[in-house]
Amino acid sequence: MSKIELNVNGQWQTVDDVPPDMPLLWVLRDRLGLTGTRFGCGMAQCGACTVHLEGNPVRACSVPASAAVGSRITTIEGLAAADGTLHAVQQAWLEHDVAQCGYCQSGQIMSATALLARNSKPSDADIDAAMAGNICRCGTYVRIRKAIHSAATALRARI
Amino acid sequence: MSGFHIQKLDRRRFLQLSGLTGSGLLLGVAVIDSDPAHAAANTLAPSAFAPSAFLQISSEGIVIYATQPEIGQGVRTSIPMILAEELDVAWKDVEIRIASIDAKRYGVQTAGGSTATPRSWNPMRRAGAVARAMLIEAAAREWNVSASECRTRDSKVMHAASGRRAHYRDLAEVAATLPVPDADTLQLKTRTEYRLLNTRVRATDGRDLVSGRPTYASDVRIPGMLYAMYVKCPRIGGKVRAANLDAVRSLPGIVDIFVLEGNGDLTELKPGVALLARDTWSALSARRALRIEWDESSAASDDWPSTLAKARELAPAGGDDATGSDLIAERGDVATAFASAKKTLQATYSYAFLSHAQLEPQNCVARPLAGGGMELWPPSQTPQRAQTAVAKLLGVAEANVTIHPQRLGGGFGRRLNNDVACEAAAIAARAQAPIKLQWIREDDMTNDVVRAGGLMALQGALDARGRLTGWRNHQITFSPDGKRIVSGGTLRADEDFAPLLPAVRITRSVLPWSSPCGFWRAPGASAFAFPLQSFLHEMSIAAGRDHLEFLLELLGEPRWLPPANAGALNTARAAGVLRLAAEKAGWGKRLPEGRALGIAFYFSHTAHVAEVAEVSVDAAQHITVHAVTVAVDVGPVVNLNGAEAQCQGSVIDGLSAMAAQQLTHRNGVIDEKNFDRYALRRIGSEPRIDIHFLQSDFPPSGLGEPVLPPVAPAICNAVFSACGQRIRSLPISAEGFSI
Repeated sequence: MSKIELNVNGQWQTVDDVPPDMPLLWVLRDRLGLTGTRFGCGMAQCGACTVHLEGNPVRACSVPASAAVGSRITTIEGLAAADGTLHAVQQAWLEHDVAQCGYCQSGQIMSATALLARNSKPSDADIDAAMAGNICRCGTYVRIRKAIHSAATALRARI
Repeated sequence: MSGFHIQKLDRRRFLQLSGLTGSGLLLGVAVIDSDPAHAAANTLAPSAFAPSAFLQISSEGIVIYATQPEIGQGVRTSIPMILAEELDVAWKDVEIRIASIDAKRYGVQTAGGSTATPRSWNPMRRAGAVARAMLIEAAAREWNVSASECRTRDSKVMHAASGRRAHYRDLAEVAATLPVPDADTLQLKTRTEYRLLNTRVRATDGRDLVSGRPTYASDVRIPGMLYAMYVKCPRIGGKVRAANLDAVRSLPGIVDIFVLEGNGDLTELKPGVALLARDTWSALSARRALRIEWDESSAASDDWPSTLAKARELAPAGGDDATGSDLIAERGDVATAFASAKKTLQATYSYAFLSHAQLEPQNCVARPLAGGGMELWPPSQTPQRAQTAVAKLLGVAEANVTIHPQRLGGGFGRRLNNDVACEAAAIAARAQAPIKLQWIREDDMTNDVVRAGGLMALQGALDARGRLTGWRNHQITFSPDGKRIVSGGTLRADEDFAPLLPAVRITRSVLPWSSPCGFWRAPGASAFAFPLQSFLHEMSIAAGRDHLEFLLELLGEPRWLPPANAGALNTARAAGVLRLAAEKAGWGKRLPEGRALGIAFYFSHTAHVAEVAEVSVDAAQHITVHAVTVAVDVGPVVNLNGAEAQCQGSVIDGLSAMAAQQLTHRNGVIDEKNFDRYALRRIGSEPRIDIHFLQSDFPPSGLGEPVLPPVAPAICNAVFSACGQRIRSLPISAEGFSI
């Protein structure tokens, strides 16, 4: 058990009594009240808990919080700009009305934003590879793919 | 249709209950279900109305209440759209609020059986029309003109001759003073007059979903809440004999641990050990140290591999004259049809047990109330039944159980059962503390109410002209007691094409199965469409005929089956979607080498759906599904965006299930405990999905389910045409195929 300090969405958070093996997912959800990162499988199979560590997508259910100390952590709650302007990926998700039940979509969006941060014009194969870790039980993949392509276009237009 | 009537709320109650503070009230129209089952609602004086309004209009705005559980099928958007259409309101002016769970106020609130849209269609249309009429009347009085000279458009009443116009918001106060017209006297819009329905409207809570705002039952946090887990026997039905409770109680973060006996109903409260901790991880860590000795004397011993082997022997043998099978339906002279047949064919098909695997694991927050009541936040498709079940479990009146409506992280039928609400209530009641019960995925997979597997042995007879003259179906299904068939495992006498055939004999044999089964997206149909529509293709090939033409001949003259029932199969609508799917997919067109089309039809949940799949198959039996063309007749389309989403999702779900999903029970224990063993389809190589609606003035059908059943047979029929191999087992991985 130890006190750890985490940098979450640009803010330092002190969390007491964190066992060394406690996954980041449960620190975010139970201790910090950031419930947008969702629990699906607990074994990095479904991607519902995807967050960014230093910009890289990781499954928060399988990363100990102690291992995230010192890294910038970004969750779905930290994706929009401070003034509330949505990230281009979030905006594309709205425009394509991607979500059905919506439970997986935080994780899908985090994987998609990480992809577009390193690849401004992903091919369908790039999308398949980057999004393979995120299951959508409702089967919204057709719209996820379209939304990623259109977010990529929107982001390129800004440069 | 159950009756209902429309009343306005009185001003004082409306203000009080709607929470609106604006001056200049206000119109509240309440649609009260007058179904005898909810007769209590009718005894309420108007002044006693709670905020039951489906619609509230005040100087502050226009609010439509979403009353049905949202499980991803889009009803928080689509059902309010139905009212908004008749009200002639601009959609941007509408605020959607979530209605409370209350049968007296809202009638049935259920997400199941694709019923929410058809059930809401008339009440919502009529509520909108009544409110619109009152707003017109209010304007006419203000302007001293005839109501018949006034029109409405985009939340305004307009009088062309004088050029006057007024917004609904500004007419609400006067409208509220007017008598409520009889909805039967009002002319509802015709389909050609729709301005909102059949357009693309985005989900009302989209921004919450993409921003990660608290949305689901599992996001609920209440003060003082303890985090609970509930450990049940891996063999379904086992009881707790002993456990190292004291050792676990002393572990870090653990607040309490105790045994619950269960209430004897495996779909409500199973026996188990409850762990209460300060957070989920503490509970999960302590759970690993928990040692439970189970009494398995009355636990399930279901075993799928041996049951399947037994069923495979029984199915073909039991077809016609076998003893021990139950007769489900018999019509015409089947024996003669087969004896005089030019050609006969028989084949046995099987389909596996399936998990619901909704992505949000079961969970529920519960808070004990003074006096023995309970407040719950369950992810339920049947929240009213959750209230009933919890009240019964706790021995309190239903009025003492409050259910807060939740958006569900997937339903698919799993959450028609309210076991997690019962568990949460029992744990919170025992602990006398607010708790959040969280199942882990392994709990979810092994305590599901699974989709029953089964077999069908089919026989068909053809006459000299290649017409289908006889049909036998011997189904193998399951029962815990030899009498009651497991949920979702019952083949109806009129299932699909059976009523169309001149000579039919449907029989059923039942094998023992005690683990709970339940409704899974398109119950029955999701399993039965595959054997029935595949075997029809086999028959058409045996007859040397085109499959589409063979199906159309079977449908015959336009008629209802059974006659004059708008909820029944209509052969003209069936033929309509078959022709449309075939035309749009290019049935009969020249295809590149190795590609082929397959077609299938299914009627379920009052919807007529045909699908054509275009596939190719490689030497390693890997199937590429290039395109699926979907033709749907659900009457009028409500939200085109949502309707297409349900079709796309159903095709992907159908592909996902047929490819590799199966549950394997071994001596009462389910092998597949997480997604590493149970393959949900991931992104990649989705087929092109072309969706075509054959719109009509028939009452609307729901769309959450009926597009799924034809997916597997359409693809398997195409596979046969592409490579000559007939797939007769689901998942197709059992026959060495992959998608």
